[in-house]
Amino acid sequence: MTNIGIKAFGAYVPRRRLSRAAIAEAHFWAKPGLRGLGRGTRAICSHDEDVITMAVEAGRACIDGFQQSSPKKLFLASTGLPFADRQNATLVGEALGLDENIQTADYTGSQRAGTGALLQSLSNASCDSLVIGSEKCLTKPGSIDELIVGDGAASFLMGSEQLVAKFVGSHSISRDLVDHYRASHSDYNYVLEERWVRDEGIMRIIPEAVEKLLLEQNMESESIDHVLMAGFDSRLTSNLAARCGLDHAKLHKGFRETIGHAGSADALILLADVLQSAEAGEQVLLIGFGQGCDVLLFQATDLISRTRSFRGVELTISHGIEDDNYLRFLSFNRLVDMDWGMRAERDNRTAQSAFFRNRRAVTGFIGGVCKVCGVAQFPRTDLCVNPECGKANTQEDEAFSCKRGEVKSFTEDWLALSLNPPLMYGSVRFDKKSTLMMEYADFSVGELSIGTPLEMVFRIKDFDELRGYHRYFWKAAPFKN
Amino acid sequence: MASGIKDKVAIVGMGCTQFGERWDKGADQLMLEAFEECLDDSGLETKHIEAAWLGLCYEEHSMGKSSISLSQSLRLPNVPVTRVENLCATGSESLRGAAYAVASGACDIALAMGVEKLKDTGFGGLPTRTMGTFEDQWFPGVSAPGSFAQLAIAYSHKHDIAMDELKEAMAHISWKSHENGSLNPKAHLQNRLSKEKILKAPMISYPLGLFDCCGVSDGAACAILTTPEVARKLGKNSHMVSIKALQLAVSNGSEMFHDEWDGSHAMTSGLASKKAYAEANIDDPRSQLDLVEVHDCFSITELVTMEDLGLSEEGKASIDVLSGVYDRDGALPCNVDGGLKCFGHPLGASGLRMVYEIYQQLLGRAADRQLSDPRVGLTHNLGGFPNRNVCSVSIIGLQ
Repeated sequence: MTNIGIKAFGAYVPRRRLSRAAIAEAHFWAKPGLRGLGRGTRAICSHDEDVITMAVEAGRACIDGFQQSSPKKLFLASTGLPFADRQNATLVGEALGLDENIQTADYTGSQRAGTGALLQSLSNASCDSLVIGSEKCLTKPGSIDELIVGDGAASFLMGSEQLVAKFVGSHSISRDLVDHYRASHSDYNYVLEERWVRDEGIMRIIPEAVEKLLLEQNMESESIDHVLMAGFDSRLTSNLAARCGLDHAKLHKGFRETIGHAGSADALILLADVLQSAEAGEQVLLIGFGQGCDVLLFQATDLISRTRSFRGVELTISHGIEDDNYLRFLSFNRLVDMDWGMRAERDNRTAQSAFFRNRRAVTGFIGGVCKVCGVAQFPRTDLCVNPECGKANTQEDEAFSCKRGEVKSFTEDWLALSLNPPLMYGSVRFDKKSTLMMEYADFSVGELSIGTPLEMVFRIKDFDELRGYHRYFWKAAPFKN
Repeated sequence: MASGIKDKVAIVGMGCTQFGERWDKGADQLMLEAFEECLDDSGLETKHIEAAWLGLCYEEHSMGKSSISLSQSLRLPNVPVTRVENLCATGSESLRGAAYAVASGACDIALAMGVEKLKDTGFGGLPTRTMGTFEDQWFPGVSAPGSFAQLAIAYSHKHDIAMDELKEAMAHISWKSHENGSLNPKAHLQNRLSKEKILKAPMISYPLGLFDCCGVSDGAACAILTTPEVARKLGKNSHMVSIKALQLAVSNGSEMFHDEWDGSHAMTSGLASKKAYAEANIDDPRSQLDLVEVHDCFSITELVTMEDLGLSEEGKASIDVLSGVYDRDGALPCNVDGGLKCFGHPLGASGLRMVYEIYQQLLGRAADRQLSDPRVGLTHNLGGFPNRNVCSVSIIGLQ
C-alpha cells in the first residue's frame, strides 16, 4: 500500500447521444448485419467539441470543487489529440486556469494512454497531478467500430493527502500485439480479426498481468470488490473474469449502451464511476489494454463518501439528449462534404501574436473588474467600461469561465455560418453589471428564452480549413451544475 | 456652445442612380451616372468642384481603399479628395465631410459622393469580413439579421408585447416599404407584397423573416454643397435646400459590455437625434418634421427608431405603425421612397440616397410619391449592430 492515490475526479460526456439504430438503419442497404449492433446510443462530440474541449470540461468537473489544490503536473491522455505538434495539455492547462509553472505532457499512441498517464502521476507523490483522459475516435461509416466507440473524458486529481482512494500497486505488460492500429497519417483504425485478438491477445495478456499483480501484492482474487475492464463486450469480459478467477458479479457493466467505448479514456471513466459508489476499504482493479496491458489496484479510503457529490459519470450521462440524425453526425466529422455556402470561405487565419498576447482572455476567459466601481467586463481594457466610472488602470483579473449567466437576448440565425445551424447567439448577462455577446452551445431550436440560466463551456470557435488550424473560445450553454 | 451647421451649407445639386443589381456598370460608372445628374441639377461643371469626399464601405469589393477612384472616375481637377468609411453611415459621413469643408470656408463648392458595388461579391446579403485580429478570436460569427433580430426579442420582452403582435407591426412596415417602393422608378424592389406573404416568409434569423430584411444593392448617390451665398448666385433663391443639422453618435462599448443598456433600442439614435434637434431648433419633432428617412435595415429597426427619434412614445411605436402614422398618407411619412427595404442598400450610398429623397420632396420633384408641401425632413443611418454602432442623424430643410 502506498500513500499516494486519488483526491478527486470528474467526468464529461458530450450531451449529444447518437442512436445506434439510426446508424444501423442508414447502412441497412449495404450491411444489414449491422442491425444487430443497433442498440442504445453512442456519445458524440458536437460540431464544436473535440478531445481538448472534453478534457477541459472533465478537468473543471474535477478541480472546481478543489480550489485549494494547485496541480503541479497535468497529463492529457488520448489517441485523438487535435494537434500532433502543439502540446495539447498546455492548452488544456491554460483553459483550466492552472499555474504556468507546471509540467504538462500529452500521452498518446495506445488505448493504454489513460492508464499510462495515471501510472505516471503515481510515480511521484511530491505534488498534486491532474490526469485527464479524453477520447474522440473517428470511425469509418459502415464499420463495426462506428457502432461501438463513443466520445468522453474523465479526470483525476492525484496526490498524497485527503485521498478518497489509495494506490495499492500495479503491473504492466508491454507486448506488441497488433489488435488494431492507426498509422500516423490515417484517419481510421484498422481492426484485425477479432477471434485471433481475443484468443491470442486479450485472453492471454490480461490474465497474466492480473495474476502477477495479485502475486506481487500477495492477494487473492476474492478480495477484489470491483473489476473494471475497459472496452470489451460483456461476453468477453465475463470470460476474462473467469480466466482471471474474478467474480463475475464484481464486473463493471461499462457504458456500452449509453456512451460507447471511449478508447484510452474508457478505463478512467469506469474508475470515476465505480469510486462514486464504492465503500471504504473496497479494492478496485482497473485494466487498460493495448499492446500489452496496465493493471492498477486502488483501495477506497474512509473519505470515499466525499465522492458522492463529485461531478461524475452518472451526472454527465444524465445530461444527454438522444439524436437520431446520422447525416448530421457524418457532417460534424467531415465525413460528408456539406456545402456551407460562401460564408464558409471566410479566411479564418489566426494572428498568433495577437492570440499569444491575449491568450488569458481567449483561452482562460479572464476579463477584468474595476477595483473602484466593481463593474466587471470582458475583454479587460485599460479604461473601465462603466460610463459612470471610466477610470484608467483600475482593472483586476476577473474569471468569467466559472460565472453563471443568463440570456439577455438571443437569436437563431439561419444566415450566419454554423456547422450546426442555426447559429445561436446573443447577449449574456453576468454579475457585476457585465454583459457580453456570446455564442450559445448545446441549445436546440426553440429552447432559448430571456432569462434562461447559463454556464460557460470551452468549445471550438472557428476552423481555418486553409491552414489546418482551429481555435477555441468559450460559449454559453444550458446551466446544469 | 458651438453655433452648429444650421443654414450654413446649401445643397445645390443631387444625383442618384437606379439602385439594384447593376450588372451593367462598375462602381466607377455608377458614380459618374449619379454625378452627371447632380451636375445637371446644380448648373455647375466638374471644374467647379474644389474638394470631394468619397463614401465607400466595402472597399475590397469595389475600387480599393483610397480616394483616387473618385477623382479618376469623375476626372476631378486634382482637388483634395478624401475617402471615408463608417459602416452604414458612410454616405452620411461623406456629406458631413463636404458640409464641414464648406462651412469652414476651406472651399466654396464641395462634392459628397457615396457608392457601393455589392452584387459583384456574389453574396446574398453582406459579405463576411474580419473584425480584427483579437476580436475574431472571441466575438461570435454573427450576421446583420441575427444582430438586429435581438432587438425584437428584447423589445417584445421589455414592453410585454407578444411576438405575434410585434410581427404584425413589423409586417406593416415591410408592406409600407413595398407600397412606397412600387412608386419609385429608381428603387431596387418595386413590387408590392401582401402582409400575409410577409408574415409567412422563411425565417432568416428568429424572429426576422425574409421580408423583414432589406437586401443589398449596387448604387451611387451624391450631392454638391456650397454656401448660401453661392447658391443664391446660382439662382437657388426661391427653393434653397439647406442643411439644418448633422450629428453623429458612436458607441463606446457600454452597450456591448455593460448591462445598463437593455437591448431593446439603439442608444445612439436617441443621442444623435437629440443633438440634431437642438442644432436645427426643433422642439417637437413629430409635429415639426414633414418626413423622415430612417435606417430600416430590418423592419424592427424602423419600429424602434421611431421611439429613439422621439416620434413615438416608448413602447407605443407598434400602435403608431399599425394605425398608419408613418404611411405615405399618414401624419409623418417614413421612408416614402421605399427605404433600405425597397429602394435598396448600397451601404456607402444609402445616407446620401436618404438626403436625395428629402431633397426631391422639398423641391416637389417626387412625382407619384410627392408629399404635400414638405419643408423639413430627417435622415437616420445606423451602421453596425444595435449593441455597437455608428448613428448619424441629419436634418435637411428649405432655407
